Amino acid sequence: MDTLEILGKHLAVDKDGNLVNRSDWNEEIARAIAAQEGIAELTDRHWAVIRAMQKAFDRDGDAPSIRRLTNESGVDVKTLYQLFPKGPAKKAAKIAGLPKPKGCI
Amino acid sequence: MRRLVILGGGTAGTMMLNKFSRVLNEDQWQITVIDDSETHLYQPGFLFIPFGIYGQKDVVKPRREFFPARANVVISGIDRIDADHKRVILEDKSAVDYDYLIVATGAKIRPDQTEGLLDDEWGKSKFDFYTLEGAQRLHQFFESWQGGRLVLNMTEMPIKCPVAPLEFLFLADSYFTARGIRDKVELRLATPLSGAFTKPKATEILGGLLQQKNVKVTPDFGIARVDNERKTIVSYDDVEIPYDVLVSIPTNMGDECIARSGLGDELNYVPTDKETLVSEAHDDIFVIGDAGNLPSSKAGSVAHFQSEILFKNFLDRIDGRPAHARFDGHANCFIESGFGKALLIDFNYGVEPLPGKFPLPGIGPFSLLHETRMNHYGKLAFRWIYWNALIRGVELPIDSKMSMAGKVAA
Repeated sequence: MDTLEILGKHLAVDKDGNLVNRSDWNEEIARAIAAQEGIAELTDRHWAVIRAMQKAFDRDGDAPSIRRLTNESGVDVKTLYQLFPKGPAKKAAKIAGLPKPKGCI
Repeated sequence: MRRLVILGGGTAGTMMLNKFSRVLNEDQWQITVIDDSETHLYQPGFLFIPFGIYGQKDVVKPRREFFPARANVVISGIDRIDADHKRVILEDKSAVDYDYLIVATGAKIRPDQTEGLLDDEWGKSKFDFYTLEGAQRLHQFFESWQGGRLVLNMTEMPIKCPVAPLEFLFLADSYFTARGIRDKVELRLATPLSGAFTKPKATEILGGLLQQKNVKVTPDFGIARVDNERKTIVSYDDVEIPYDVLVSIPTNMGDECIARSGLGDELNYVPTDKETLVSEAHDDIFVIGDAGNLPSSKAGSVAHFQSEILFKNFLDRIDGRPAHARFDGHANCFIESGFGKALLIDFNYGVEPLPGKFPLPGIGPFSLLHETRMNHYGKLAFRWIYWNALIRGVELPIDSKMSMAGKVAA
C-alpha cells in the first residue's frame, strides 16, 4: 500500500494517489492535498464543489463525472476547470478524499 | 403466454434473443425484439474502414439473418418504456406489453453535444469513425490527403471501446507509412484522461507504444469547443490545438428513448446493478451492453460476458429464485497496433490489464499487453466468430469470469 505524507502524517493512498480511508480526511488535509495539486487556496466555491462531490459519492458509491458534477454542484464546466485545473472531476475527488471517478473506463 | 421483450437487436440484444429462444418453451413464452432498423452493423469493424482494410460488406448484414424463426420481430423506433404499466410505446404510439424487459439499446455518438463540432465542416475536415458513414467519409478523405496535422480527440468518457482511439492512431501510423507520407503527417492524441488509457499498467505500455510510433499526446484535455475558423480545438482551460483534420470521438450517450422514459442518468444510461444486471428502479427490467451505467468497458466482449450472467439471473427470476450470478466486469480486447501486429488486454472491475499469456497459462497462443502477430490474427478472426458464433448465442470457450491464471501480477 502506498502512503502519502501530509502534514507529518503518512496516509494510505490507492494507485491513483487518492486517500483510501475517508476517516483520514478533514478540511485541513483537504487544503494540504489541494496545495500539493497546485491549488493554493480553497475558496467557498471550491468547498461547494467538494461538498457536492462527497454528497454524490455517499449516495451513489462513485465520485461523479464532470458532467454529473455540473448538475450536482450547479457550477458550470468552464468554472470547474478554473477552480480545479487539468481535470476537475479527478482533482476535486482527490481533494475531497474520494477515489478517482470510475466514469473513465 | 408470458412475454419477454428485448429492446435493441444489436450485439447484446441478438445474443439474448438467441439464448432465450433455445430454452424458453415456445407454448409458454412469446419473445419479441424491437429495433428501428433491419441492418446489423459489426461496430468493431468500423476502425478498419478509414484505412481501406474493411469495406461496407465486411460490417453490414441483415438483422433477421441472426434472429431465430420464433422471434416476433418489430421494426420500429421506440417512443418510451412505460415501466409502471409494463409496456413499450412505439413510435406510432402503439403499445407492446411485457412481463420482462431486456434493455439493449446501446450507445450512440452525439457530436451535437460539443459546441462547433457539428457544422458544415463535419465530414469534410472533421470526422468520426464510430458510424459507418463517418468511417467511409474518412476513408475517402484519407485516400487523397497529402498530409498535415491529424488530431484525434476524445470528448469525454465513457466511450464505446476505449482502446479504439489508440488503435486508430497505431493504424494511421502504419497506413501513412505504407503510403510514403508518414513524415508529412503529425499525429496527436488529445484526451481527457491523464494518459493513454484508463488503467495504470496498460497506460504505461500503450503510452510507450504511442511514443515509439511518434504520436504526440496532450493529456487532461477537456474540449470546450471547436473554433472552426481557425481549425482549432479549445479546452475549458484554454489550451488550443490546431488541426488540418480532426478525428473526433464525440460524447457517447444512451438512446433518447431512455431519457423519454425517465429511466436514464445524465448520459441516458440506465442505472443498473453492476453485478446482477437488473435495473435499479424496476426488478422486471434487465439491462445489458452499452445501454447500462456499469463501470465496465462498453464493448462487445463485455456484452458477451454479461449475456451469460443475465441468462442465469433471468432464469432464476422466472423460477422465483433470487438471482445468483454475479458479473465481475470482465473485458477482453484485442488492440490493433499497426504493421500486422496487435496486443490483447483482459481485465475486470478489480484487476487491471496485466501481462501474461491467454487463454492458456504459459502457452497462449495470445500474449497479454505485448505486441504479436498472433494477436493480430486473433483480432481478424474475431469478425468470423462474431457473425458465426457470438451473436448467435453459441457458447465460446472463454469464461465469463476473468481468470488470474497466466497473468503476471504487477
